[in-house]
Formats: sequence, structure tokens, C-alpha cells
Amino acid sequence: MANIPAELRYTKEHEWAKMETDLVRIGITAFAQEQLGDVVFVELPKVGAKLTSMKAFGVVESVKAVSDLFAPMSGEVVEVNATLAKTPEVVNQDPYGKGFLLVIRPAKPEEWKELLSPSQYAQFISEGGH
Amino acid sequence: MRYLPNTRQNQRAMLDTIGAASIEDLLVKIPAKARLARPLQLPPALAESDLVRHLRARAAENADADGWVCFLGGGAYDHYVPSPINHLISRGEFFTAYTPYQPEASQGTLRTIYEYQSMIAELTGMDVANASIWDGASSLAEAALMAQAVTERSEVVLAGGVNPLYRRVVATYCPPGTKLRDLPAPEGVLDADAARKLCSDKTAALVVQSPNFYGCLEDVRAAAEIAHHVGALLVVVADPFNLGVLEAPGALGADVVVGEGQGLGVPLSYGGPYLGVFAAKQEFVRRMPGRLVGATVDVDGKRGFVLTLQTREQHIRRARATSNICTNVALCALMATVYLSILGKQGLARAGELAMAKAHYAAERLGAVPGVSVRFPQPFFKEFTLRLPKPPDRMVARLARSRILAGVPLKTFDRNLADCLLVAVTEKRTREEIDAFADELAKAVA
Amino acid sequence: MAYDKLIHELTSPGRIAYSLPESDVPVEPARAAIPAPYLREAAPELPEVSEFDVVRHYSRLSQLNYGLDTHFYPLGSCTMKYNPRINEDMARLPGFGRLHPLAPEALSQGALGLMHDLASELAEIAGMDAVSLQPAAGAQGELSGILMIRAFHRANGERRTKVLIPDSAHGTNPASTAIAGYEVVQLKSDANGEVDLTDLERNLDTDVAALMITVPNTLGNFEARIVEITEMCHAKGVQVYMDGANLNAILGITRPGDLGFDVCHFNLHKTFTTPHGGGGPGAGPVGVKAHLEPYLPLPVVAKTGERYTLDWKRPKSIGKLQAFWGNMGMLVRAYTYIRTMGADGLRAVSENAVLNANYVMARLQTDYDVAAPGPCMHECVLSARRQKKLGVTAMDVAKRLLDLGFYAPSTYFPLIVEEALMIEPTETESKETLDAFCDAMIQIAREAESNPRVIHEAPVTTSVRRLDQTKAAREPDLRWKPKS
Repeated sequence: MANIPAELRYTKEHEWAKMETDLVRIGITAFAQEQLGDVVFVELPKVGAKLTSMKAFGVVESVKAVSDLFAPMSGEVVEVNATLAKTPEVVNQDPYGKGFLLVIRPAKPEEWKELLSPSQYAQFISEGGH
Repeated sequence: MRYLPNTRQNQRAMLDTIGAASIEDLLVKIPAKARLARPLQLPPALAESDLVRHLRARAAENADADGWVCFLGGGAYDHYVPSPINHLISRGEFFTAYTPYQPEASQGTLRTIYEYQSMIAELTGMDVANASIWDGASSLAEAALMAQAVTERSEVVLAGGVNPLYRRVVATYCPPGTKLRDLPAPEGVLDADAARKLCSDKTAALVVQSPNFYGCLEDVRAAAEIAHHVGALLVVVADPFNLGVLEAPGALGADVVVGEGQGLGVPLSYGGPYLGVFAAKQEFVRRMPGRLVGATVDVDGKRGFVLTLQTREQHIRRARATSNICTNVALCALMATVYLSILGKQGLARAGELAMAKAHYAAERLGAVPGVSVRFPQPFFKEFTLRLPKPPDRMVARLARSRILAGVPLKTFDRNLADCLLVAVTEKRTREEIDAFADELAKAVA
Repeated sequence: MAYDKLIHELTSPGRIAYSLPESDVPVEPARAAIPAPYLREAAPELPEVSEFDVVRHYSRLSQLNYGLDTHFYPLGSCTMKYNPRINEDMARLPGFGRLHPLAPEALSQGALGLMHDLASELAEIAGMDAVSLQPAAGAQGELSGILMIRAFHRANGERRTKVLIPDSAHGTNPASTAIAGYEVVQLKSDANGEVDLTDLERNLDTDVAALMITVPNTLGNFEARIVEITEMCHAKGVQVYMDGANLNAILGITRPGDLGFDVCHFNLHKTFTTPHGGGGPGAGPVGVKAHLEPYLPLPVVAKTGERYTLDWKRPKSIGKLQAFWGNMGMLVRAYTYIRTMGADGLRAVSENAVLNANYVMARLQTDYDVAAPGPCMHECVLSARRQKKLGVTAMDVAKRLLDLGFYAPSTYFPLIVEEALMIEPTETESKETLDAFCDAMIQIAREAESNPRVIHEAPVTTSVRRLDQTKAAREPDLRWKPKS
């Protein structure tokens, strides 16, 4: 069973979101990185870009697959994980920690409630959700 | 039928294994109403000896560059093709192989492409080159699309000296909403003031060709400044054959270099298959069209080569791929790789110098024919535009009687140049041939 | 130890391989006529080797390849059939191989005549009204077909925005469609890889410009309801495009035009025996019905009386695709092939291609899962899902085949089949070769049960073993650099 930390919220596109006072940190789940295999490239927006909930904001690539990244919440990008440009493998090694993608300042904090809880996400992937 | 090994006995045995009575039984899914009820109406099959006779007769109707003295250019050139090229590309392991998707069984092809990428990057002064596009024109179209994607702008500005045939291909490829803007070339080269006026913050790319369609060398550095000033990419169309002598476009500020590599050992072949060169700065590598070969290691740590960064390509990214290209022109890239290995560091410069010297000699001789003049007062390399006192197509027909292919009349390309002839001179042309051309032209225009 | 050099690594400064004459005209005036900033200061770092170095290097590199000449190449969708040598000779006749594309038309009549005849022959083979030979490859044929469809709708005052493409399609289909500015809508396939008619019906509306479909489909099946499908499309004003990648299955048996298709392309490097060249060149002529003929790429080869010309006066044309007229070298080869085979020969090609594919399927269906029930057409798709449960994937099977002396089938395509192994034997392979290949496949199925290690370690007989694709993508090394 994939690692699904209890303090996070999730999307059906396999992103996680973490509330950090008034900011939200975003990444892809352990399940997602396993499915993708070795991550070789991550394309992310620049600081200042505006994300819209459940719209694509970037891509993550393995050798033979490309996946869009979807925003769990709307908001403005305040930090981008610069280490991923040179060492994308961190996404595989530490998806919930050093392998985070970016941090946003949410525009609609109420969207947090619409995200999947850990148990809902666990159920979603156990039902074969891709 | 000599290409079909199945005998009747083989067919019977195979049908027995399948459990079918006849081949017809295997075609049951094709609806009867959709079946072709008659034989195809094709000319009768010919035995090999008859076929050779037939094709030789058709080939003999053409004025090829073996039997005729060729001064034709305009994007394809009669450069000498060293003998080893045809022998090496004719090895079945090369020409009957498929795209190297199984790298362990394709190291020969992969390594030659890596060599090709290295040589093209070196010649163009770019960081990376891809494994080939179909021809110079489609390479330029791909560059225009890439520039639009990179800059998120929709306008492409083309210098007046860009090959008009290439311009047409760019127009075909560019998506709805693209604005193609054409600059004039009143003196045969880019008018910098006009370019500065036309380029804006909507411009994705400024395209210049050097030497351009009329043979004139462009000031690429000035073009780079104009493009970069508005945040556009500078796309340079260059002929890699010339780059043993001429400065690499990368050193002059190009962001992308495309061009026709036919001059690097690829046969004239009435226009194709040719070799689309595509090279760019490192920052654009993930936006590039086409295949890329990279070096890596195998499980034992031994160096090997693979197709890489494939997520850009159609078989993975589908509708969002950087290009639709799949089949490219790998064998033509191999011809160029062998060509550049043979010419080498010194030979490419020497061949280029020969072409340049002969072209200048020809311009002087032809320009001295009464009534004939060199059209543009610009530096040129191996090709130049002549103004003739009589209709160029008639002069071409007249010189053809002496088995001289005098040049390309520019009437169909540019109405303002209806009295002009484009003349190309490669390293193969001799002083004797050029003198004969001048003498015959003098008689023709008299 | 397999040969491990790059040509650059053979360099010995001062060594040469070229032969160039001394200049018979003065060089200095030319140099002086070109301003210094236009000239290269330092020579490019190209190899410095002897001619024999070059010949031996590339001969040795060639030996690291599996070619069709040396190995059976059951690559599905690629039609790796014998490349006749006479084709090569004919393409190299100076009258074709050494002809400049801008030679006067009056002096290119043999070339233009051949193009004209080849276009007519391809039109007859596909049941189309007109053919353009200009597209350089299948993908460019697709692009030109979609652009013609776009121009046709616009001329009728229609602004359709979508193109329907089955999920089993080649990636070039959506990629080409996207260049033309269309939105791609993916259609579902049923278990046999055939179009789900309900899904088609649901998606067919007046925003749809075209349906693009491969016949036979990429599972090697003939789309049994294809005539219904093209009729359904036409009823909604939708144009139908056939990807001709699998034309080798139906020569002289049925024709795209008779099935109701408005456009199709031909892959001369598949069906018509022009070699694949390690990735190209190929040629992708495109055929159309009469209503699309005004939109064909420029120029069109025309015949007036006994004279052939390039016709540029076609105001509705979609424009040009290449600088010149098409990949003539490939056209001569394809013409040579068609004239070698004749009508009966071409029909026999497809019949034997279908027979060979069904034979391979019959021999392998107990040891591998079959993606769709037979009979198949010119190729069959197996699935290694049974083997995967034992830890042996389609890729592992492919790698083991390399050790057993065969190139691999296409793997993981079509995308709708799990662990796909797509096998296209072609008509030019003998029963003996097919038997040897099937024996190898069965051996691998046995090994998956008893000795998977030998599969996981494969290949061991090739010049390199499995390569690190992740490293190649993470740290792209795309060129040799001189040591500074």
C-alpha cells in the first residue's frame, strides 16, 4: 500500500496539498511517482504565475510517459522547487518532502475542503483509479 | 514471383495449421460489397531486363548533371559525392534497418546519428542538432512553429532573401492565426530599417537566409540584434556545405539554424529525398522537433547510444507533440556524416574555397559579357544573380543546346527579377566549363 | 569486445580522406571580396582521418545493427519487407539520381512522366481520383490530407473544429491534426480494436471536420463495418481519412476509395518496398477523391498531350510541403516495384502477407494471449500479460528475441493492448523463417515459466546490453565535444 500521509489532502490526478498557515505546498503522491517510474524532467510555472483549481499547470515526465500536473487549488505561485531542474529524481526519492513541486498562496481557501481526504484517496487508488 | 517465397505446398501446410480452407477464408471480415471485383488496372509486370530497358529510356530523357554542365542552384547543388558514401550507405545493415527503437540491436545507426548531431552542431555553432527533418524547407517550417511555441507569439517575419519555395512551406505549416510578414530585399539583402520597423513584441522569429536565395551574404549579426531587441528568436537558414569557410551562424547570434544538407553528399535526385538540418541552442532542446540520440551506459557500464527525450515526440505526446515527424531522413544524415568525415577539418574548407573562387571567377566572366551584369552589389559565396538583356528562359533553352544548364530564371519566383538568372557554381565546375558558358552566353545574347 | 569508437576519436591531425583538385582559377580575389566578419576564423572540429579509416569505421558500425537483410524484422505496423536491389539500381540511374529539381521541364520529361504514371497507378490501387507525390513521409501525407479537408470545409463556408481519432491510432494522427489547428477527440475502441459505433455516433456532430482511421486497424483487424462508418460520417458532412500504414494487407482486394474514404496516404517505405534507411527517408503520397483535388499540394504533375508539366496555377491548393516536388528517389523505387509486380503480383503480396500473419498467430496462440480473435489481416497482436504475471514483460520478450537472432516485434503498441507484441511478418518471409521465429517465441514463453533469469539478462549477444534510458534523459549528452 502506497504511503498516504494523514495530514495532506489529495486530488484524483494524484497531487497532494499541504496547508502551511496561509500557504499551500503541492507535490505528486508516492503512488503517482511509482506509476510513472524514474522521473527525468519536471516543467513548472514561474513564481508569480496564477494556477486554477484542477487545471494543468505543468508536466512531469518519465522516459516514456508524460503526465500533466493539476492544481489542487487556485492561487499564485510563491515558490518553485528549483532543485528539480537538476535533480528530478528527488520526486521519486522523497515525493512528500524534498520532492515537492511548488508553494502557492491560495486564492480560494475554501477549495481545501473539496480535496480528497487520505482515506478517500486511498479508496480511490484501491479501486484502480488512474 | 521472385519476392514471394511461399510455394503452393507451403501455403497448403500453413492453411492446415491455421485451420482454414483457403486464403479467401482469411479475408471474411472484408464485406463483400467492399471487395474489388476486378483486377487492378495496372500496366503488365515486366521482367527485370525489360524493366531496366524501360527505366533507362525514361532516365535518358532527363538532362542530368552527369551529361550536362550544371550551374543550377536555388537550394540544391551539384557538389561532388565521394565514392565511399554510396558503398557505405548501401550496406544492408544500414539501409534496410528500421528506426533504432531497439537500441541494443541498432548501435550502428545510433552512433552514426550521434556523430551527425555532433558535426552539425559544430558547423552551425549551435549546442544541439536533431537527427534530421525532411528537407531545408520543412526544417524552416518546424523552426517557425518552435519559435511560436517558445515565445508564445504568433508572428513570423521573413527576410526577402529567404528562398520563396521555403516561404511557401512555412505558410502551409503555420497554424491559423499566424501572421507571416515579408520584408523586401531591394538591394538583394535585408533592409535593416524595414526589419526594425516590422519586428515588434508580437514577433516570434525573424528568419534570414545567408547566403540568401539570390546568393547574397546577409549581415546575420545585425539581424540578431534586431530580433533580440524585441525578444524574438533569430532563425538562420544556412547551407552547411558553406560553413567550412563561412562563419557559423551560432557565432553571429542565431538561436536556431536550419537548412538544406543536400550539398553534403546527398544526390540531387530531382529534389528529394534531401536532408533537413535543424540545430538550436541548449535552452530549446525540449521544444525541438524530431529524434535526438544521446549517449548513456549499459548495465555493465559500457558506453552506448539511445533515442532520448522522446516525450517530445508524437508516439508519446500525440496531439501535444513538438512535431508530427516520425520517419525522417536518417540515411541522408548518414551520407552527410560520411561526407563530413571524408572532407574533414581541412577538406570542407578547401571544397568551399574552390566553390567560392570559381563562383567569383564565373561572376566576373559572365558579368563581362556585353549586356549582362551581376544584379546585386553584395558579397556572395557560390551563387549569384545575373541580369540578362534577353529573356532568361530563352537563354537557358539556347544554352541547353550546348549541354549547359545555365541557371534558374527568377521570373517565376520574383516578378521584379523577370530579367534575372540565378547561377550556382560548385567546386566541380572547371575554368574551361565556365569559359564555355560565358562564350555561349555571349553568342546567345548578341 | 565490440567496436566502440566514434569517428571523431580516430582523428589524427593532418590525416585526410578527401580528393580535391588544385584550383584552376585564382582564389585570392574571392577571399578578398568577402568581408572578414562573414568568414570563419578557425576550422570546424571535424574528423581528420584517412579514407580507409572512414570505410572501416562505418563498415564496423554497420555490423552493430540488425538490418532486414540480416535479420527477420517482425515489426508490426512497419512492413519490413524485402527491399529489392533493382529498385536501388534504378534510383541511381544518373537520369534520376543526378537530375537537378530546377532543370527545365522540357529536359525533365522522363522524371515528370514517371511521376505522372506512378500517381495514376497509386490512384488505381487506392481507388482515388488524384494523387500528390509530394509528402515526404506518412506524417506529412496526413498533414496535407487534413489541410485539404480544412480547405474544403472552409470553401463550403463551414468552420468545423474537431477531428475524431480512435484510441488505437498511431501518434502521428493526432500530432498532424493538431498542427492544422484542430481539436483531437479520441474515440473508444471495442475489444477487437474496432471503432465503437455508439461512441462514434455520440461524437459525430457538425463541429467534426474529419474522422481519421487506420484500415486494417492497428490490431490487425479489418474494420468489418467500415462502409457503415464512412456512410455515417458523410451523412453528417464529415470527411473520412484513411491512414494507409496497413495498405499491404489489401492490395487488389479492396480499395480505400471504394470503402468510402475521401483521403488516404501511402507509405512507400512500407507497402512499396522502399528501404527504411535506419529511420528514413520514406515517402507519403496522398490520394483524394475528386472533390478534394483542387486542394492538392503545389505543384501537380500534369499531362498535356504528350508533354508533362508542373502545374502551379491552382489557386485553391493548400500550398507546398517540401521545397521541391517529392522524394523522387523513393518514387523511382516504388514505380520500379509496381512495374515488377503488376496487378496479380500485388494481390499475391497481400494474400501472402495475410497468410503469414495468420500462420504466426496460429502457431503462437496457445503460448501467448491474442489481443483480438482471428483471422487477422497482415499482422497480429499478441499480449504478454500471461508472461507478465511471471515477471516477464513484452520488453523482456523483445530483448530475448535479439539474443535468439531476431529483431523484436513492435512493443506496447497499440496503446489499448496491455503488454502488446505486434507482429507483422510480411509476405517476403518464408515458412522456414516464420517457423524459426515461432519456435523462438515459444522457447521464451517456456523460459518465462522455468528460467526467467535468462530473459531478464537479455540481450547478451549484442554489442551493448540493456541501456540506461533514465540517465540518457536526465543528463542529455547529445554531441561529442573536443577535449579542451
